[in-house]
Amino acid sequence: MHDIVNAAANFINLDIMNVTYLFLVGFVGGLVSGFIGSGGAFVLTPGMMSLGVPGLVAVASNMCHKFPKALIGSIKRAKYGQVDVKLGVVLGISAEAGVLYGAHIQESVKKAFGDAGSNLYVSVAFVVILAVVGGFVLLDAWKTYRSGNTNAEEKATKIALWIQSVNIPGTMVYFKSLNARISVLFTIPLGFATGMLAATIAVGGFIGVPAMIYVLGAPSLMASATELVIAFVMGLGGSFKYAMSGLVDIRLAMIILGGSLFGIQLGAMGTTYVKPFVIKMVMGVIMVIVLFSRGLMVPVYLAQLGLIETISETTVKILKNTSFAIMIFALLIGAFIVLRAMWQGRREERLAMQQSPAVIK
Amino acid sequence: MASKSSKKKPIGKMIIMGIISVALYVGLFMQQDLINGYNARGGLYAFLPIATAFLFSFVHGSFTGDFWTVLGIEASKKKKEVK
Repeated sequence: MHDIVNAAANFINLDIMNVTYLFLVGFVGGLVSGFIGSGGAFVLTPGMMSLGVPGLVAVASNMCHKFPKALIGSIKRAKYGQVDVKLGVVLGISAEAGVLYGAHIQESVKKAFGDAGSNLYVSVAFVVILAVVGGFVLLDAWKTYRSGNTNAEEKATKIALWIQSVNIPGTMVYFKSLNARISVLFTIPLGFATGMLAATIAVGGFIGVPAMIYVLGAPSLMASATELVIAFVMGLGGSFKYAMSGLVDIRLAMIILGGSLFGIQLGAMGTTYVKPFVIKMVMGVIMVIVLFSRGLMVPVYLAQLGLIETISETTVKILKNTSFAIMIFALLIGAFIVLRAMWQGRREERLAMQQSPAVIK
Repeated sequence: MASKSSKKKPIGKMIIMGIISVALYVGLFMQQDLINGYNARGGLYAFLPIATAFLFSFVHGSFTGDFWTVLGIEASKKKKEVK
């Protein structure tokens, strides 16, 4: 405990450049998470570390900006009728348990294989999960786009329909986002997996949102909005845990929050202008780009573990910088799609109002 | 006449919340050593960063919401409900 406190007391000095950088990344991260329910952490945590913030302080401070941001975002989206608070809380609590278990696995991997082993584990988990889930989400969005049926109501998958049909007495709960009663015996493992992933790759939403859509049968808009409730529950619990060890640098958290609260309001409003497949598109695109970013680092960790030939310092540096640049690119491209969709939506609405003002209430 | 249909913009509220928000940030940075000192203690002092985060989110969240409204950027009037 004493060591941790000493490390935490070593909070970095902040200059105007650092503050501006964190504020801007916070803004873009907030914009994306207001829209798809998560995002930003994968850039913010390494971003803070690149400023000299110790890893654990970066994770803790990121989490401490996440829960108030998610709170504001979920309140905003609740006004549009997109939030299923009950589902969010049920998944959020089981996700909290998943976080604890995920952190425990992380520690065991680190003990057994050292830093490089732990990094390799995180990167491989990232690549595999994002390839499977991100690829699936993107493909689904692309199919909807190509079919020209973008206005059609989203249909629940076969798995979701099956889950909704299973009746396990004593465990059934009605969720408004699904418009069905399902057994919590299905939601608990899902929440747990979301939490475990959040502890491993820091972005639980990348599994939480697709799980709500494809496994439970929630509409994309409601799934991404409900993810904000999960992020709030998980973020609050996680922040408290880290704060108990004195690891939260509240200045960092509040600077990022300063930018992200501008972004999340905009991202949340953006969801009212778009068709549901755009949510999947943004999420899928970000996941697939981030996958390449993490994939680039795999050879570095393999070399550090002695599993492949040593890589020169210069190459390692180039790979690291490229990896980080790709992550920033992923976030920016997500923000671009959101803003563009919002811009188009507003323009169409203005045109429609000019043509027939009486039609729109 | 044209402005009759549009809602009144919350300029006053935005300015007040903006001032409080700036004051909170100035306070945080003026007293950063003291605040970081308490936060780094951990244990029950964990309530301090959590309470700070709630306070900032309430004030700054209200300001940023009104900020976009005042700029004329609002949610679509067509789709209020998902289903």
